[in-house]
Amino acid sequence: MADAAITVEGARKRYGDKQALDGLDLLVGRGTVHGVLGPNGAGKTTLVRILSTLLRPDGGRVEVAGHDVVREAGRVRLRIGLLGQHAALDEELGGRQNLEMFGRLHHLRARHARVRADQLLERFGLADTGRKAVKRYSGGMRRRLDLAASLVTDPEVLFLDEPTTGLDPRGRTEVWASVRSLVGGGTTVLLTTQYLEEADQLADRISVVDHGRVIADGTADELKARTGGDRIDVVLRDGGQLGAAVALLPFPAEGVSVDTDRRLLSAPVTDRMTALAGAVRALEEAGIEAEDIALRRPTLDEVFLHLTGDDHRVKEAA
Amino acid sequence: MSTTYETSSPGTYGAYALADCWTMTRRELAHWARQPVQVAVGLIFPVMLLLMFGYLIGGGRGVEGAYVDFLVPGMLALTMAFGLEGTMLAVTQDLNKGVIDRFRSMPMANGAVLVGRSAADMLQSGLGLAALIGVGYAIGWRPHGGPGAFLGAVGLLLLFRFAMLWIGIELALVAGKPEMVQAVQILVWPVGFLSNAFATPDSMPGWLGTAVEWNPMSQTATAVRDLFGGPGGEPGHLWAAAIWPLGLLAVFFPLAVRRFGRLSV
Repeated sequence: MADAAITVEGARKRYGDKQALDGLDLLVGRGTVHGVLGPNGAGKTTLVRILSTLLRPDGGRVEVAGHDVVREAGRVRLRIGLLGQHAALDEELGGRQNLEMFGRLHHLRARHARVRADQLLERFGLADTGRKAVKRYSGGMRRRLDLAASLVTDPEVLFLDEPTTGLDPRGRTEVWASVRSLVGGGTTVLLTTQYLEEADQLADRISVVDHGRVIADGTADELKARTGGDRIDVVLRDGGQLGAAVALLPFPAEGVSVDTDRRLLSAPVTDRMTALAGAVRALEEAGIEAEDIALRRPTLDEVFLHLTGDDHRVKEAA
Repeated sequence: MSTTYETSSPGTYGAYALADCWTMTRRELAHWARQPVQVAVGLIFPVMLLLMFGYLIGGGRGVEGAYVDFLVPGMLALTMAFGLEGTMLAVTQDLNKGVIDRFRSMPMANGAVLVGRSAADMLQSGLGLAALIGVGYAIGWRPHGGPGAFLGAVGLLLLFRFAMLWIGIELALVAGKPEMVQAVQILVWPVGFLSNAFATPDSMPGWLGTAVEWNPMSQTATAVRDLFGGPGGEPGHLWAAAIWPLGLLAVFFPLAVRRFGRLSV
């Protein structure tokens, strides 16, 4: 890609006997939001730390905004913003003091650093709390200040490492809205997440990472299509009849999943209308009452499960 | 959002590095402003030690002349030595905070974090010296040398503190975790007291006296006593008091700067 904001070729990083990155490839176009999706320990944070020059890769080629992260770390640092998993703020200082300090370290003139700090506080709804020490901030406020701190100089490339982990739903929505507004400004965003919904909501393209490699990438729709197209969901009134329903419904037995808590059975379908009509008829004839029958695209959860073939880890991650 | 922000005058890397060091020094001073009690306690502690040894324990084994004239320079040197643990604790705490990651991902001079730390610590040590000297005056200590000798003594003390500072930084970078600081704190006490701060080496068993005389802190204390014109001073120790800290700096300064640059790589 000529217009790549991030290029990673065969990146490797080892900690002791754990291969955190094992020949990872990644290409992110300018001005796009790229989701890196994977369970704990897949290598997401290692990747972000390498991209943001905090960690040196053992091998491979890694370029951000057209510069090599090892040989031209200084140039990369001029062009990136980083929102790590843990707040990268001075907890003893106030919000405004933090933003001014980061502005000065980006070599803004004193006056510009002040103006910029005020703008960002305003924009992230923190104007009233600028003097308060960050250690007295709530989790959501801290996250927003952290995000503001990574935007002090409008970075070309922004890294968000699990930006909403530990936030309540409201905080999560706020962060999502901020990320969306950034993309309008032309910033390239690389976002890691364990939340499939988050990748689905925000990312133009998604790379699924497992054991330090990219095991699939594409748009959310492409990934979903790879899992085998549409699915039918049937919710029964009586969960005890799930077994019987699975036996009599006209779907191939492999690929059918059953969720007893939700009285739900789900199966891949090839021909949507035939499947729907067949299901309705079969249930009616057997006298099994259905609460809901619906056709849908697979969720990213199912995509993930399908790709990794690793059932229990996905549940942990999701 | 598309505004470009004017950066400070397009100076050389050196000008940026200086600006970064100043920003980081201001960060430490801002911490002081938010925690005045901690700063005050840091200043009062050596004063309490001085009063304790001056009045409670007193005596001064093997000292000829007024004990207070022997004790005050010793306390000054001991305070400088104890600064090591303060530096180590502060650096260790800083390293375990997320903000270091932001600093390291920013286009700032690599060592500015450490320079900010050392500037703040040196400033605090200067204040600590002033407090001790003030209280020393109040309890009857008088320097007998001229103003030049007085400044020389303060210079030697601060030089010694500067060496302790960089040892503290290096130890913090090696140890990494705050738990390790406790181990060093426990060790700093015997090393600090294994000096001529409170008693002359002549009053100690032979092997102990030799160890005490070789302690770099003893060299500083002896030279400072000489410059202040009190008991326990020996003229020949000025060079040793300058060379020991410079030697320690020559080893620990590059080690610490290098280790900081390679942090978690």
